[in-house]
Amino acid sequence: MPWLSYQKALNRALADAMAADETVFVLGEDVRAAASTVTAGLVGRFGPERVLDTPLSEQGFTSFATGAALVGMRPVIEFQIPALLFLSFEQITNHAHKFSLMTGGQCRVPVTYVVPGSGSRTGWAGQHSDHPYSLFAHVGVKTVVPATPADAYGLLRSAVQDPDPVVVFAPSAALARREDTDLAALAPVPLGSGRVHRRGTDVTVVAVGHHVQDAVAVADDLAETVSVEVFDPRTLYPFDWDGLTESVGRTGRLVVIDDSNRTCGIAGEVIATMAERVRLAAPPARVTRPDGAVLPFSPELDRATQPSRAQLAAAVSLVVKERP
Amino acid sequence: MTASAVDSAVGLYRTVRLVRRFEERAIELVRSGDIVGGIHPYVGQEAVAAGVCAALGAGDLVTGTHRGHGHVLAKGADPARMMAELTGRESGLNKGRGGSMHAADFGVGVLGANAIVGAAGAIATGAAWARRRLGTPVVAATFFGDGAVNEGMLLEAFNLAALWRVPVLFVCENNGYATTMRVDDAVAGSITGRAEAFGIPASTVDGQDPEAVLAAAREAVDRARAGAGPSFLECRTRRFDAHHTFEHVVRLRYRTDEELAGIRARDPVDIQGARLDAAVRAEVDEEVERVLANAVEFALASPLPDPLTALDHLYASGLRPRPGSGV
Ligand SMILES: Cc1ncc(C[n+]2csc(CCOP(=O)(O)OP(=O)(O)O)c2C)c(N)n1
Ligand SMILES: [Mg+2]
Repeated sequence: MPWLSYQKALNRALADAMAADETVFVLGEDVRAAASTVTAGLVGRFGPERVLDTPLSEQGFTSFATGAALVGMRPVIEFQIPALLFLSFEQITNHAHKFSLMTGGQCRVPVTYVVPGSGSRTGWAGQHSDHPYSLFAHVGVKTVVPATPADAYGLLRSAVQDPDPVVVFAPSAALARREDTDLAALAPVPLGSGRVHRRGTDVTVVAVGHHVQDAVAVADDLAETVSVEVFDPRTLYPFDWDGLTESVGRTGRLVVIDDSNRTCGIAGEVIATMAERVRLAAPPARVTRPDGAVLPFSPELDRATQPSRAQLAAAVSLVVKERP
Repeated sequence: MTASAVDSAVGLYRTVRLVRRFEERAIELVRSGDIVGGIHPYVGQEAVAAGVCAALGAGDLVTGTHRGHGHVLAKGADPARMMAELTGRESGLNKGRGGSMHAADFGVGVLGANAIVGAAGAIATGAAWARRRLGTPVVAATFFGDGAVNEGMLLEAFNLAALWRVPVLFVCENNGYATTMRVDDAVAGSITGRAEAFGIPASTVDGQDPEAVLAAAREAVDRARAGAGPSFLECRTRRFDAHHTFEHVVRLRYRTDEELAGIRARDPVDIQGARLDAAVRAEVDEEVERVLANAVEFALASPLPDPLTALDHLYASGLRPRPGSGV
């Protein structure tokens, strides 16, 4: 089977979505030249009317997409850097997200926002290294963070077809990931369904995005002493609470690794919900960015500010220490 | 050090040459892996930073951009500490916390490069307004690209600056492209027309000629000091190199071969260099090489920051954030 990269999977998902539905179009900065590679080949195949290079006017073109969606189009916006989500936060959360309810259900806003290269880009420093997925989950905008090429394909396809706004985070640290893939088997992955990457019996590790790879690696490292289940929610909002409850119900223990800042990050929500639903055998733990993290430039400092495998291994060891 | 004033013919040459060679040395360090994350080279645009900063006084302020090394150096920052910043060292201007896109040196009036396109114009406007209000008026120059003129926040800054007659100089470095997008495909109306719509006097100048930029910037700075408010300068320039050094690895096709072949036809270093005696020029060149050799050596010999200090300076109050792991 061919190797499919995460980036190529996103590219393929866009092309397939555009081929399947005439109302899908792509807009963003440098999307024709495909600076991110995610939009490569699209303008040649679908023409300039469906692949719009925008001026640097993020707030304007975000609401432009909302307008197009209100009357029947399915825009896909590519944001070059995660900070552009801060710039267009008002347009997404206060307009695109609210129109359906505010109009009493008269309209839908099927816009997809894709960020290829979210989180740290090592060396891009404070204003280019954010990972604000928890903000969107908090507001209630549908939020997905695929971990693998096949999921990147499947979740992006579902996002584009969804009748509501969806933000798709493609973590920088996952973009180069490649996977032996049966291309014919690529299919939409429903929003709100998690995935167990590795079965285990002692503890459930919930890992978001690129940290799924870290969790699987740590689980392998610890395999002789502890049996770790790795649960990838894939969609942070809506979250697969039933899937996770089933897992944590079996293992009784919970650790979360999440590239959000600690306060009000998705890890806190996962732990709170499991505390409400499951009688945990030991206090849970989370590995996140520090509170209020701004990623410093110098590479060692950048790394020190992100969740690490060592921290995850320590958290798992701590949580399993207390045997029932 | 060459002892000529920064606004003399020699001084301007020294600045453009310093910025050019700084960028070339920095590109080498990107290739060797000593600068992580790459840079947006300022190569080709040196006359803009040199001319504008030569029109400013030591106490005046500037804000820069993602393509900001030239602004920081031309305003007078130490090239060695700048290089140390790019290589992520504790001895860097920002103690290695900012890097290429956030280099700042408040000591020489650089309020920071800014990586968000169009974001710094309002910051410069607020700073210039406040210095007047505080009784210590200065002029602020804020640099931005042709891409930035389509950002609403910059247009809002024009309005505030004009409304409150703020002593700010808006400097648009029109290098013809925002990454891959041609300015003609991005700008409806005109660049100067945007400023004029707010009643801000605007002019277009040859951005390859340091003396032409200096003359136009001087007029604007004089006007600002006289209380006449903001001005707008469109500097027509060329970016000789990549949008970002990642383009050295991944080729993006947006400039024709023909355009690329002629791109260096008007080189600000040569334009200004031709105005000097060959011997004087050679002397400056030699001095610049010494300064940069020292800068690179200083940077690479400087210690890296301690990871335990990663979130030092996050809060001015000294508040220590909770770490990301442990209880
Ligand atoms: C608000 C914002 N949008 C997009 C980007 C990504 N980006 C960085 S530089 C750049 C192009 C900027 O073009 P221009 O303003 O002309 O400056 P130049 O790069 O030509 O110096 C883009 C799109 C950004 N950093 N900030
Ligand atoms: Mg430009």
